[in-house]
Order: sequence, then C-alpha cells, then structure tokens
Amino acid sequence: MAAKARSLFDTAIMLPAVVDSFRKLNPFSMLKNPVMFVTEVGAGITTAVLFIRSGDEPVGFILQIALWLWFTVLFANFAEAMAEGRGKAQANELRKTRTKTLANRIHENGDIEQVPADQLRKNNMVIISAGEVIPADGEIIEGVATVDESAITGESAPVIREAGGDRSAVTGGTRVLSDRIKVVVTANPGESFLDRMINLVEGAKRQKTPNEIALTILLSALTIIFLVVIMSLKFFGLYSGMSFSITVLVALLVCLIPTTIGGLLSAIGIAGIDRLVQKNVLAMSGRAVEAAGDVDVLLLDKTGTITLGDRQATEFIPAEGVTMQELASAAQLASLADETPEGRSIVVLAKQHGLRGRPIAELPHAQFQPFTAQTRMSGVDIDGRKIRKGAASAVCDFIGKAFPLDVQGALNRISQSGGTPLVVVDGEKALGVIHLKDIVKGGLKDRFDRFRAMGIKTVMITGDNRLTAAAIAAEAGVDDFVAEAKPEDKLALIRREQAEGHLVAMTGDGTNDAPALAQSDVGVAMNTGTQAAKEAGNMVDLDSNPTKLLEIVEIGKQMLITRGALTTFSIANDVAKYFAIIPAMLIGVFPVIAPLNIMGLQSASSAVLSAVIFNALIIIALIPLALRGVQFRPVGAVVMLRRNLLIYGLGGLVVPFAGIKIIDILVNAFHFV
Amino acid sequence: MDMYGWIQLALFAGLLLALTKPLGVYLASVLDAGGKTFLDPVLQPCEKLLYRLFSIKSQDEQNWQQYAVSLSVFSLVSLLFSYAVLRLQHVLPLNPQGFGPVSPDLAFNTAVSFTTNTNWQSYGGESTLSYFSQMVGLTLHNFVSAAAGIAVATALVRGLSRHSARTIGCFWVDLVRINLYLLLPLSLILAVFLVSQGVVQNFKPYAAAKLLEPHTAVAPAITNIATQTIAQGPMASQVAIKMLGTNGGGFMNANAAHPYENPTPLANFLQMLAIFLIPSSLTYYLGRMVKNQRHGWAVWAAMLLLFLAGLTVCWQAESAGNPRMHALGVNPLGGNMEGKEVRFGIFNSALFATVTTDASCGAVNAMHDSFTPLGGLIPLLNIQLGEVVFGGVGAGLYGMLVFVVLTVFLAGLMVGRTPEYVGKKIEAYDVKMSALAILILILSILGFTAWAVVSNWGLAGLNNQGPHGLSEIIYAYSSATGNNGSAFAGLTTNTPWLNTTLAFAMLFGRFFMIVPILALAGNLAKKKLLPQSEGSFPVTGLTFVVLLVGTILIVGALTFVPVLSLGPVVEHFLMTKSAVVF
Repeated sequence: MAAKARSLFDTAIMLPAVVDSFRKLNPFSMLKNPVMFVTEVGAGITTAVLFIRSGDEPVGFILQIALWLWFTVLFANFAEAMAEGRGKAQANELRKTRTKTLANRIHENGDIEQVPADQLRKNNMVIISAGEVIPADGEIIEGVATVDESAITGESAPVIREAGGDRSAVTGGTRVLSDRIKVVVTANPGESFLDRMINLVEGAKRQKTPNEIALTILLSALTIIFLVVIMSLKFFGLYSGMSFSITVLVALLVCLIPTTIGGLLSAIGIAGIDRLVQKNVLAMSGRAVEAAGDVDVLLLDKTGTITLGDRQATEFIPAEGVTMQELASAAQLASLADETPEGRSIVVLAKQHGLRGRPIAELPHAQFQPFTAQTRMSGVDIDGRKIRKGAASAVCDFIGKAFPLDVQGALNRISQSGGTPLVVVDGEKALGVIHLKDIVKGGLKDRFDRFRAMGIKTVMITGDNRLTAAAIAAEAGVDDFVAEAKPEDKLALIRREQAEGHLVAMTGDGTNDAPALAQSDVGVAMNTGTQAAKEAGNMVDLDSNPTKLLEIVEIGKQMLITRGALTTFSIANDVAKYFAIIPAMLIGVFPVIAPLNIMGLQSASSAVLSAVIFNALIIIALIPLALRGVQFRPVGAVVMLRRNLLIYGLGGLVVPFAGIKIIDILVNAFHFV
Repeated sequence: MDMYGWIQLALFAGLLLALTKPLGVYLASVLDAGGKTFLDPVLQPCEKLLYRLFSIKSQDEQNWQQYAVSLSVFSLVSLLFSYAVLRLQHVLPLNPQGFGPVSPDLAFNTAVSFTTNTNWQSYGGESTLSYFSQMVGLTLHNFVSAAAGIAVATALVRGLSRHSARTIGCFWVDLVRINLYLLLPLSLILAVFLVSQGVVQNFKPYAAAKLLEPHTAVAPAITNIATQTIAQGPMASQVAIKMLGTNGGGFMNANAAHPYENPTPLANFLQMLAIFLIPSSLTYYLGRMVKNQRHGWAVWAAMLLLFLAGLTVCWQAESAGNPRMHALGVNPLGGNMEGKEVRFGIFNSALFATVTTDASCGAVNAMHDSFTPLGGLIPLLNIQLGEVVFGGVGAGLYGMLVFVVLTVFLAGLMVGRTPEYVGKKIEAYDVKMSALAILILILSILGFTAWAVVSNWGLAGLNNQGPHGLSEIIYAYSSATGNNGSAFAGLTTNTPWLNTTLAFAMLFGRFFMIVPILALAGNLAKKKLLPQSEGSFPVTGLTFVVLLVGTILIVGALTFVPVLSLGPVVEHFLMTKSAVVF
C-alpha cells in the first residue's frame, strides 16, 4: 500500500466527504453519537419553528440559526467522513494489490488445477513460481524464494521467504521474483490480513474503543445536564415574566453541549488508526492503538530492535599454538552449514583471511551439525575431526573440560566489551575464539531517555549471557534486561509485569513468540514473521522494523492526548458562550444587566447568532487538528499536562471570546440581523 | 473588610490546617476495623458489647451492594423511628411544655431531614418539639447520619486504595466505630466547652421573664405583652454534634443566632471550626490511604481556595452594603447589617454563612435572605457546587472525589494515557456512576424549582416577588437536595406541598447520590492498583489544584449560571443600577 502522508485537503477525499456528510444526516446513524443527535434534533425543531412561527421573532433570524445548526451537524459529519475517506483511500490502495489472480491449487491426489484466487480456502496448497502473484496469505512449506513485497510495504528491495524458521509467511498480493514455492493457504477469502485491514481503515465496522465509550458516556451526561438546564430555564423565564423563544433556547442548548468534541470524537479515533497505517503498521483494532498509549513497559528484543540486525564476526583470536589460518579454516568448516547470519558472517570473515568459500557439495563425507537453540552449537564431522563452534558454555559441556587460560582470557575480554565470543574446538582442543559484535542502533539512548521521562520502562531481552547483555544494555540505555532468556521467559516476564499492573508491549516474529505476543497488551508482529506470530499479535509492522514499537507508542499517546485536549477545549468554551447568550436573553426584560455583556456584542440576536456560528465553525477549524493529532513531545506527565492545559484549557476559555466578538462584528457589518 | 476580619480568617485557616493532620491520623485508626486508638481501654469494651448485642461479626466485610443495603435499611428504620417519635411526642416523656403531635407532613419532612443529615427545619424547635423529640428523635440522627456519611466516604477511599478487592468494609462496624471513637468523644468535649461559654443544658420548663418595658402589639390583634417566654432545654449536647456532624439543625428556631446556642465570640469561632474539622481531616485520611499524602493536601488546598474565594466575595458584598440604603442616609461604612446579629457583625456572619454552606451544615447565625444579592449568591452557589468545599462530614469528601474522578477523566487523557487516578483506571462504569451522582443533584434542584416557580403551591409561600423570590425557592431546593438544611427563608415552607417535595429532594440528594458512589467504590476496589510512574496523571501540585478548581467551577457551576443570572445576578444589577422595586 506504500502509504504516503496525504495532504489534509486532498480534493479526491474532500468531495466524497461532503456528499457523505449529508448521507450521515440519517437520524438512525446519528444515534450512536448522542451529542450530535441532540444537535440534529435541535436543528430540526428550529426548522419546524420557521413554519409554525408564533411571536415576533424575525424569520431571518430563525432561518439563520436553523441553517447554522444544520451546518454544525454537517461539519461534524464532514469531520468523520474526512477521516473515513482518508482511511478508504488507504484501503483502495490495499485493494489494488488484490488483482484477480489465478492460483495453481494442488489437489489431494497431486494434480494441479488453476482456480481463481478467491476460491482458495484455508489449508489449500498452491504452487507459485517466479513472476506470479501470491494469491492468498499463507505459509511456505517447501522451497525458498525472493519476494517483492513493495505492494504492501513500499520497500522495493526484495526479501527472502523460505520454508521453516521465522520467515515463512507470505502475504497475498505480493509477487514471487525467483524460484518456486509451495504454500499452504492460511486464510479464507475475506478473512485475510488485508481484508481485516481494509475493514478497519474504512471504519465500516469500527468498534468504539473502551476509552471512547467512557468519553461518550460523559458527553451524553453533560448533554442531559444541559437539556435539564435549558428546559428548566423556560420555567424560570416564565416566573420572571419572559417567554424565551424556542429558537434561542435551542441555540443556547447546542452551544452548551460539547459539540466540538462530540463532533470530532470518531474522526480522532479513525485518524489514529490512519496514522499508524501511514507508518506501515496495521492495527487489528482501535483498542490496540489506545492500549499502545497506555503501555508502560516495552519488551525489546535485543537483536534487530536495539542492535543493528545481526551480530557480525569481526575477529578471530587463536589459542596458544594455533595459527590464525588453522582457526579460520576450522571456523569456516564449522559454519558452512550454519545458515544463521552469524554463521554466514564467520564464513565472510574467513574469506577475508584468504579462505575461499567451500560449497557444501564439495564435502560429501562431511556430516554437518546444524545450529539449534538447544545445543547452541553447530559444526561438522569430517575426516574423523569433530569441529564445533558455539557459545562457551555449550562448547565447554561438549569437550567436557575447562578451556585453557588464554582462551578463557579472550572470552572474558570479549564478553566484558559487550561482544559475543564463540569458541571453536577440534575434538577436545580449543582452537580459539571468534569475536561476534553487536552494533547498537544510533539515537536509541536518547529515545529511551525520553521514554523514561514519560514513565515507560524499557526491558531488553536477549539470549546472551549476563555480561554481554549488561554491556549492550548500558550502551543502549535500557532500564533493565533479561539475559540468557529462553522464549518461554518472555511469557513469564510479561505475566509478571502484568500482575504488577503494568501494560506491556513487545515485538516478535517467531512462532515461539506467539504466546508472548498474545499475552502482551500490545503485540506487534513482524510482517516477515510466521503466521502464528501475526495471528497472536494485535498489530503487524509491514516494514518488520522492531524499533517502530516506539513510534507506535507515540501514536497511541498522541491519539489519547488529542481526544483529551479537544474535550477540555470544548468544555472550556462554554464560559464564553454563556457570556454571549445569557445577557442577550435577559436584556429585554432587565436592561440593567448590560454590564454582563462584556464582549460588547451589538444586539441580542447578533449575540445568539454569533455564538451559534462560532460553535459550528470551531468544528471545521479543528478538523485538521483532529486528523493530524496534537503535537506530541515525549515529556513527563506533569510537564505535558501543564503544557496542554495552558494551550487547550486556557485557550478554550479565551478563544471563543475573541471568536464570538469577531463574528458579531461581521454579522452586523453584513446586516445579517 | 477590616483588619480584625483578616486576622480572624488567618487564625481560622491556620487552626484548621494545624488540626487536619492529627485528627486525620486518628481517623485512619478509627476507620480501620482493627485499628488501635488511645481510647481503646475505655471504648473497646463498649464496641465489643455493641457487636455482640447486634451480632455484628467485625471481621466480615461487605461488597458494595451489601454495604448499600445495610445503609439504606438502617436509614429507613431510623427514619420511621423518628417519624413515630414526632407523631407520638404528646404521649412520650420529657415534654414539659405539653406540645401536641407533629402534623404528618411536617413529621415526615423533619424525619427525612434529620435522617439525610440535612436538618432542614420547617418547624421552630422551641415552639414545636418536646425535649424527648429533640434528644431522641433528632439528635440520634445527628450522630448516625453523620457517621453514615463518613462511612460512605471511607468506603470510597477503601475502593481507591485496595488492590483487586471484592469488599469495601462493613457498614455496621464503620457505624459503631465512627460514633464511638470519633463523634461521641469530640461532641462531649465540645459540649462541655460550650456549657462553659453559657450554652444551656437542662430539662426545665420554659422560663417566663417579666418585661421591663411592656409593649402593645398591633398585629394580628391588639395585645398587651408584659412577659417573655424564654425557652430552655438540653442545648449544648445537641449544638456540639450539630456542628461536628455538619447537621445544622438548631435547638432553637434562630439556630446559632440565638444567644443560648451561640453565646460568645469564642463559641462562635469554635463552632465554625467544628464544622470544618472532620471534613478537613478526611482529606488527610485520603492521602494516607492512597499512600500519596501530597494528594490529600492538594485536595485540601483546592477546598481552601474555593472557600477563600467564596468568603472574599461574600464578605466584600456584605461590607459594601446596599447603595439604596446609603441613598437614604445609612452610613455606608456599616455595611449591610440587615438580618445580622450585632454581636457577630459583618465578617463573622459572612464567614459563618460561607462555612455552613461550604460544608453541608446549615446552621446559621445570620439571615441569608437579608444578605446582599452577591453575598447571598455565595451560600447558594456553595450548596449548588455539591458542598464539596470541605463539605459535609464524609459527604464533602465523596462529593469532591466525584469531581476528582471527572477531572482526571476529562483532563487525564491529555497526558497520553487512559485516565488513571491514584493507580486506578477510570473507565466507562466509573464515569457513568460519577456522572449519575452529579446528574441527580442537578435534576432534583432544577426540576423541583422549575415545578415550584410555575405552581400555585410554590408561589403561595413566597414573601418576595421577582428575582429575590426565585432565589428563595431555588435556595430551598438546593439546600434540601444538597442536604444542607440552611434556609434563605422568606419562603413559608411549612405547607404540605413544600414539606413533601422538599422531603423528596432531601431523599434524592442523599440516597441517589450515595448508591452510585458506593457502586463506584465497589468498582474501583475490584481494579488492579497500577504502579505510579512519571507518566501517571499527576494528582498533586499546583497544576492539579487549579485543574480541580476549574472543573468544579465549570462542570459544577455552569449548570446554574442561567438560574443564578435570573436570581441574584439580576437582583444585584437592579439594586446597584436601577430604582426598580419588587
């Protein structure tokens, strides 16, 4: 989908949004937003008053109030339609990826038949060759291929997908560039990852998030309160010898109920998801985006998140009596069948020592021992030699005795520097040490510091030993680390943090990450990861960049702040509106209250009309803010609260005084009343 | 606004501040079922005896529903008891004046009024009630309704401070302990002190004094008056708890303006302090329980700020006096002395009026009806804000906590997290209950008033027309709903319609508020207590205090702006800027 930041006033989105704002006037669809529903009813009543007018209220005045009340509703609808439109535009780009393709389905009897992609069902097998589009989400069960995923990620460099391991998932709509793979389909049509995503950004089946529900309740309560206030005011007026007109009472009601936030609330939520999509992150629900703002513990895998990709072999340190060449040769042999990036980097380093790469086929007698998480070693049995390389403790167990002092010294030195030493042995003889180095990503320390200021704890999780882990943790500036972690430790850690009341976010890609992803409050699966991981998490990062977790948290917070800021602004506005309308209502019978008209509005009707116009226009004025989100700076809660309170609280008190005054001047200048 | 006023104010605020912590610490042990106090050697046997007598198992805690049912049943039974006492006072003992039974609607109104801690008085105490009715029928409630208020506040604070708990304490244990360890000892001390100041405490029949200057009354009929009846009775014991329990129901019709109830400046000063004493200490208790003492003080500071603001306006308005009187030659320096005891003067009347309405006390030492429009606006607004400025015992704290919850929810999002208050997430249910509590108050005040101002029964008792009449009616329903009990007066309320509607306003204001609050307490208790961090919503410091005050004023006061504009505000402008007479 290669999402780009879209201009706020893209006509392709604005025009349909205008049409949609009218379609949304349907009272049944308005019911889900009580504040705007009341506004619409108010608009309806004033329109009716036009026709059954009694008393001496000028038609022009009622007409203008009625029009502006309708505008208020339309503007709110427009905000929602704009947000949805932006989501739809994203969705359309997503849809483009699902051109009608044919799939080569493998029958149970082994025959291959061509079927349209939308006829594929879960557990069907398909064969995809170079040049073909992958017809559905699935998992490679055979083969390896380079895949162009630019349609989804916007990244033009092809990626490798292969059976087994953690990079076996393929996404429908991407294209195989080379080789041929056999894929088992993992999603029925309409349930795929893309489908769910399209539904979400389109907002068609958008569920209100818990926080939105709570806010809607409060806004509804305020609406009821002001309804009671306005209805009782009619009676107090009768007692005081004034007959307040329905038009003015409705105008006051609409001005007092929180229309600004009521009108923008759903737009803010949709825009939050939209902003994530622009970062190439697909959230499975709005709830997940909200949870991202609440997270206070980040569980970060060292590899890929904190350090740049993989560890690289940088140095061979031969043991006493072993030549560099011997060590390099043994290290190379032991790593030939080691497909891990570290293994490959050893082969590369050996090449720099003058050893050419030896294809496995050249060594028919060799018995390769692949690297496994359990043995934590790899190696080869060749010509009676048992060459192994691996973590010191694993190799130590293998040879059954302690390393010589100089090897031990090299091990300690490397560990203390934060590197990872691998020991190479031939039989029982330690040949030397390979220095694997982690490279910490730039700018992380600063970022973690800012997170700390926001009260978010970062925990690095790694399979490395404590020394290595501590060195990298110190370099990266994380708060805590878990060393020598096994996959199940992640789950245990998350449970422990959650029991203490923390909300935990993590990234993961492997199948063994799935339980932890499911347990975490925000689980971001890498798009390159396995299907199991993607299903377990509640977000997927299309770029498969684990560091993006930090941005996800920021977007979650930004969405919550936007909601809070506009709520505060909306409610603070009421003060000025009272000062505009109440004197206007009373001045007819009690001219003495003129000093209360502190804005110096020119007449009673222009005061009421100006307040209503301001109330409508402020919604339009705040749409960009609702869609973009308020400016976010990672600072502590105290500073953030004070800053936002000054801008949106104090601003909410002051702005309408100025706004209503200006509108009043214009209204009178053009003789609208 | 003279210097003596400022000195007294400083003394008042200073003493309140000094007493808050010690009593707060003591409260914490009283409100803990297993807490130890220095009074244990004397009172523990009584406590145990009471538990055995009513077969209360002090270890068994209740969930919020059970707590609410216990409280409601207890209130209903004691309400019926008081109703019976009032209706049967002519056959009950201690009735030296031989008063007859109280009429059904007045008895209902009065029983409700004391059960709800309102102490609205549609009757004159010394001319209607026997000593038995006062002591047993009413003073009983001064203790137990105050204790019930504190109990609800305690339950809410427990809800805030517990981690994933099912229960919020036991109502019966709270009721017993609060009365035994807190209200009785404090009342005893204050009563004895008041006696030393000259408050009477006896069971004598009323005394007759021969007037030095007999005079002739002309209305309703020409009569020669040569003697004055001077009421007697067990006043000190009732006055002490009327202040400490923020009840406010005076023994005498004149309440704290009567020299027998409030004889000296010192007695006046201490009575005002007694009103704020427990509510103020409860904020310390709050801080202690949620393990954030600075939060307790922040709430206290917000209360003090609102108190000082209200007092300053009221005091200023009363000192400025009435320009129309000045035009007639009254010395402007005297301020507005109409309806005030000369003994207390402007400052002590303004302070008393502010204190009694900040708290839900309702005792008065001056006629609120005679205050200047803005001076009278303050007591009215204080009540309409929900009496959260220190407030009633317990009721002030739980009312304030509802505002805190709303504040945290409204502004809490602005720190980029789901709103969270002292480690408790504020979610839909909590918002619903808090909003409900506020909504009910507003509905009752505005609903009943709107009904009354267009009804013959509502207007019949009105002694003033125009804006002032509106103020009188809205004050009555605000006071009843807010369980304050003070009257603007000027409205004859002892009529079946007003007695009944006011009684319902009192019931709504009390129980429809308590139930949502206990539900809130129960729901908060269930939640996990989240660890606090730099990212948590700050509930201490100046920003929070300003925010809380702002929310109270905007959410609480804005609702009443229209009606206040039609009442006191218009009246103020009429007084200062026109010659219109109503």
